[in-house]
Amino acid sequence: MYYLYIVTGLAVLISFIVNREKTLKAVKIAVKRFANILPAFLIMLILISIVLFLVPDKVISDYLGVNNKFVGVLIASFFGSITLMPGFIAFPLCGILLKKGVLYMVLAAFTTTLMMVGVLTYPIEKEYFGIRVTIIRNVISLFIALVVAVMIGIFFGEIF
Amino acid sequence: MKRDDIIKIVGILCYILFLIASFVFGFNPGKEIGYNFVSFSVYMLKILPCAFILIGLFEVWVKRETVEKHLGEKSAIRGYIWAVLLAGTTVGGLYVAFPVAYSLYSKGAKLSVIFTYIGASAICRIPMTIFEASFLGIKFTAIRLFVSLPLVIVASILLGDYLTKRNYKIIGR
Repeated sequence: MYYLYIVTGLAVLISFIVNREKTLKAVKIAVKRFANILPAFLIMLILISIVLFLVPDKVISDYLGVNNKFVGVLIASFFGSITLMPGFIAFPLCGILLKKGVLYMVLAAFTTTLMMVGVLTYPIEKEYFGIRVTIIRNVISLFIALVVAVMIGIFFGEIF
Repeated sequence: MKRDDIIKIVGILCYILFLIASFVFGFNPGKEIGYNFVSFSVYMLKILPCAFILIGLFEVWVKRETVEKHLGEKSAIRGYIWAVLLAGTTVGGLYVAFPVAYSLYSKGAKLSVIFTYIGASAICRIPMTIFEASFLGIKFTAIRLFVSLPLVIVASILLGDYLTKRNYKIIGR
């Protein structure tokens, strides 16, 4: 995370030294863009706070360990799609699940949909891309995640 | 004001009232939702201001011709390579990638490159990938990347072409 602050700080500093007016203009653009999308962010945060309450980590771990592997992949894709969590929470959780015996392909479905399919980021995505494209992109992403899960299953010898 | 906006505002107000009531009367599920809200807001506020400042700097310093040349209609394969590299350094996730993508688009990047950037910033951000490999193993991460990245690029090209034919424009904010 710190490299983001360092990069941003340096960029602003250099920009400011080279051209003060342009830098101020950049800050104005930043504030305006941020303010414009803020309502969508607020809605996303509200959705996240509710969904994470309804679907806590424990529920996810319970369901991912089901016996049928293909059902497991589908359930994992479902949870991955409807939740949103930062990597520093998601991957340690996957590490624990792996030790508990959850299959790699189930975890692949979970992490890939978590990263690519955004039901909760829908309010933001829709603002930029419109409803139709947002739905198309998410459906394609879900499909890609399922392919990834199957390939992981093949390579780790979980399917055959 | 549009009808949608009114619904949104009423929804947000109800949510806030619900949280306040939960804390006043000690309603635990409501309190938990409140904590979730705060922790995620804090997490995103650590990233978003920097992301938007960088977008602002990009807007004022990077010339339209440069973006068109490297990410535009005539960029061929180079555009996709740039998109993936740029995605690798993106922080946060999709919610950061969308405003960045819009910025690139408004400077002349083509749609297929934009969708590649969004897809790639979901799956191959460098810090996240390293983190993933340390918990699930390098083999897992490598297979995931080698399978998903080509699919993302192919899907982006198809989607980009399809939308370009239909004269689609990103609305943006």
